[in-house]
Amino acid sequence: MSSLPAPVAPAQPATLTKKILSADHPTWCPGCGDFAVLAAFYRVLERLQYPHQNIVTMAGIGCSSRFPYFVNTHGVHFIHGRSLPFASGVSLGRDDLHVFVFGGDGDGFSMGGNHLLHTGRKNVRMTYVIMDNFVYGLTKKQTSPTSPVGFKTKTDPTGSFDQPINPMRLLVNTGASFVARSHATQVNHMIEMMERAARHDGFSVVEILSECVEFYEGAFDAANPRKGGQFRTIEERKNDGTPEDALRHDTSDDLAACRLASQPWPGLFGVFYESNRPTKNRLERGLIAGAREKTKAAGDLELLQSSFRRLR
Amino acid sequence: MVLPVPPPTPGVDPTISTPRRPVEDAVIRLAGNSQDGIQTIGGFLARLAGRTDQDVMTYMTIPSTISGGPSIFQVRMGSGEILSSGDQADFLVAFYQHSYDEHIESLRPGGVLIYDSGHVVPNPDDRRFKAVGIPITGATVEAVGGSSKEKGKNLFVLGLIARIFNLDVAKIAGLISERFGGKSEDIVRNAMLAFDAGYATPADNLADCLCRFEAGAKRSETGGPRVSMDGNLALSYGLIAAGVRYGAGYPITPWSAIMETLRSELPKYGGIFVQAEDELSAVSHALGFAYSGHLAVTGSSGPGLSLKMEALGWAVMAEIPLIVINVQRGGPSTGMPTNVEQSDLMQAIYGSHGDAPRVVLAPKDVEDCFLIALEAGRIARKYSTPVIILTDQALATRIEAFHEPDLTKLMVDPKPDLSPRGTDYEPYPLDRLTRHAPPGAPIATGKYPSVSGLEHDELGHPSGNPEMHMKMTAKRREKIKALGASLPVPEVHGDQKGDVLVVGWGSTWGPIREAVGQLRAAGATAGQLHLRNLHPLPPGLREIFLRYKDVLVVEMNDEGLYGYGQLAMLLRARYALPSIGSITKTDGLTFRISEIVNRVTQARAAHAGANGTRT
Repeated sequence: MSSLPAPVAPAQPATLTKKILSADHPTWCPGCGDFAVLAAFYRVLERLQYPHQNIVTMAGIGCSSRFPYFVNTHGVHFIHGRSLPFASGVSLGRDDLHVFVFGGDGDGFSMGGNHLLHTGRKNVRMTYVIMDNFVYGLTKKQTSPTSPVGFKTKTDPTGSFDQPINPMRLLVNTGASFVARSHATQVNHMIEMMERAARHDGFSVVEILSECVEFYEGAFDAANPRKGGQFRTIEERKNDGTPEDALRHDTSDDLAACRLASQPWPGLFGVFYESNRPTKNRLERGLIAGAREKTKAAGDLELLQSSFRRLR
Repeated sequence: MVLPVPPPTPGVDPTISTPRRPVEDAVIRLAGNSQDGIQTIGGFLARLAGRTDQDVMTYMTIPSTISGGPSIFQVRMGSGEILSSGDQADFLVAFYQHSYDEHIESLRPGGVLIYDSGHVVPNPDDRRFKAVGIPITGATVEAVGGSSKEKGKNLFVLGLIARIFNLDVAKIAGLISERFGGKSEDIVRNAMLAFDAGYATPADNLADCLCRFEAGAKRSETGGPRVSMDGNLALSYGLIAAGVRYGAGYPITPWSAIMETLRSELPKYGGIFVQAEDELSAVSHALGFAYSGHLAVTGSSGPGLSLKMEALGWAVMAEIPLIVINVQRGGPSTGMPTNVEQSDLMQAIYGSHGDAPRVVLAPKDVEDCFLIALEAGRIARKYSTPVIILTDQALATRIEAFHEPDLTKLMVDPKPDLSPRGTDYEPYPLDRLTRHAPPGAPIATGKYPSVSGLEHDELGHPSGNPEMHMKMTAKRREKIKALGASLPVPEVHGDQKGDVLVVGWGSTWGPIREAVGQLRAAGATAGQLHLRNLHPLPPGLREIFLRYKDVLVVEMNDEGLYGYGQLAMLLRARYALPSIGSITKTDGLTFRISEIVNRVTQARAAHAGANGTRT
């Protein structure tokens, strides 16, 4: 097959460590939740040990979208809101790559809202981490699509009144095949969610509540035990036949996931939804396999020559 | 029901005693509704011409409604070299009264009007034409049988045309069975019944309009078979030959045919074409494919290109190769979606934001649609840049026959370059062309590059350094200039110096060439310069322009606020020559030869009257 590159032997046998994976020093404000997400991502890559050159880190525009500069992998800093279709091209173009996309609530839910819908619907294989801080930080405190009602910003000085997006409900309804939620102060939980997302074959999304200390301080204290809040995690069904198991969350049930997502603030954390429906990657490969079977795997030259012959 | 008439031997028609009138070429305009399948007649005639010694060019308009509405298909075929679809029709086939009313003026005096006597009542006082009434609908229904209603009228007319021009019936029958062979036998049978009925039209009705194509000069380039296709198909195959295996698009007329072709063709080659949720996603997908190491394509028409512009700016900044196709149509906004215009040139060159130099090419005919895709691929790879191909609605839909290209020499290997990059690898070197290292390529230093839309240094790190922005802006500019300097000086057709040089770009090549021929025949010294490379421009233009009293740029766009079409404006800005003038039009139709001849003559007279001064 012309399009698939031959597998490349790992360039360096050395195991990937945080030291190797660190790149430019982050430009985030001191105390920003995104530092913890970055640290957790290094740990995830340490666990996964993919070939270094086959990891791609991508982002759109926003504070959190500076992410690729801070990770020493092949990286892309694309335009605002369009990182998902770009990443879809990378993922569909190259099955041998591990595609990670980072971004914020503005990039993902506002500018990129339509792409979120369709990447979910198509179930393109990649991992998408949304660092949600409920506010526009890079442009200095405007209302974001997740800003709660009443939140005062420069664009809503008397308090926002547009209903915010419920990310979990939205994501489950897009058709994304892995949907999870975490909190930047809960490092182990973040690592677990991101690792499961990375190992998932499909469009896997993790929303991480990541505080903007500059423009929305204390936004997520309600879920931070060190600030007097409660970090309540989802108990997933184990299918062990016990009576208490029936009360646990069935992650394959999208309606149950939506009900969980509708719990009052600060809600639950963990995996809301998981399914193994086929990815677009696999379906496209199937289309290719079918087409090549029909043409008896004819070579490129032969194929085009026969097309021209039909037009003589 | 009439029994089908056995196809007579080509060239021998025992029922006709009068000799056929020899013609060099003929323009046949078929006017009906879009669901009548008149495009099919044109398609058959074009394919037939490709298989014989005749040359052919077609022209069509379709309404932008889903079904119904008036539609025309014009075919010019003949034994000489056919460069345009012709100014006036020699034959008009009118299916309906509105077809007659709308198009009778496109028939030249002395031309032949063939009308469906079941639908059309021509003006009996109009004696300019030879009118032939034939019960097209009735005879088709009678021939095929009642069940298929009026379907097959197009094949009846095809049979009629074959009779009038003494076309090769066996070859047409072959084309019909190829075309419908995949369907049920009944369909082929009905198609042949309708065709035969048309062919068998009583000779008395046609006696005075029967003709034959002159043997004409044998083709200069013999050797190799010829293929017939429209511009969109030629461009699609050109992309495949250029090594494009991945792409993304969003439906819009007249671009859609390219994405439909690629969606069904690319999987055979191991590739993928994505129908994206919108234009922004389409260009982003394509850039993702390109970043991952594949030569990729996206495309659209007018409004869709506007939506892609931000991402195109990123591609310039990040120096990622990409082919972008714009099948231009009448604008702005939804404009005239099924008409032709060349009004996106400035957008192609200067659209997006900031200083974002990129490459813009335009094919001159259908064959060139194929070739220009290869050129776009070569440039995109070598200079790591987006390349825009400006084709248009007229080129997209017209069918021409051309010599089958030698694919063994042209096919480009599509494999991504995943070779390890050495310790000296820099993603954005200031003194060399950027060579994108796709993911999967190991980097010897262990430092992996960021591909960035932020201004960056040589290693791809964001940089707000004013000097670095100046250097990188210059780098991106100079590589495009280097491409310009490497291009050959374009050839001038016709007189190499003298009264007037007619400059064009894109699909106007054919009519301009014929117009220049007529101007020269009328005594002017005239040359034609046609630009394929619109940005950067090729070298040597100033020297060429200086050899003529007038340099007139012919293009299908508006003269704008300052009196010059878009290319004329650029050439005046670039060369600052007062001899450069502009001929534009915005009626959504291709240039007629006579229009160009008249406008050039007027412009020359005006120039002479102004004592050689032009402001």
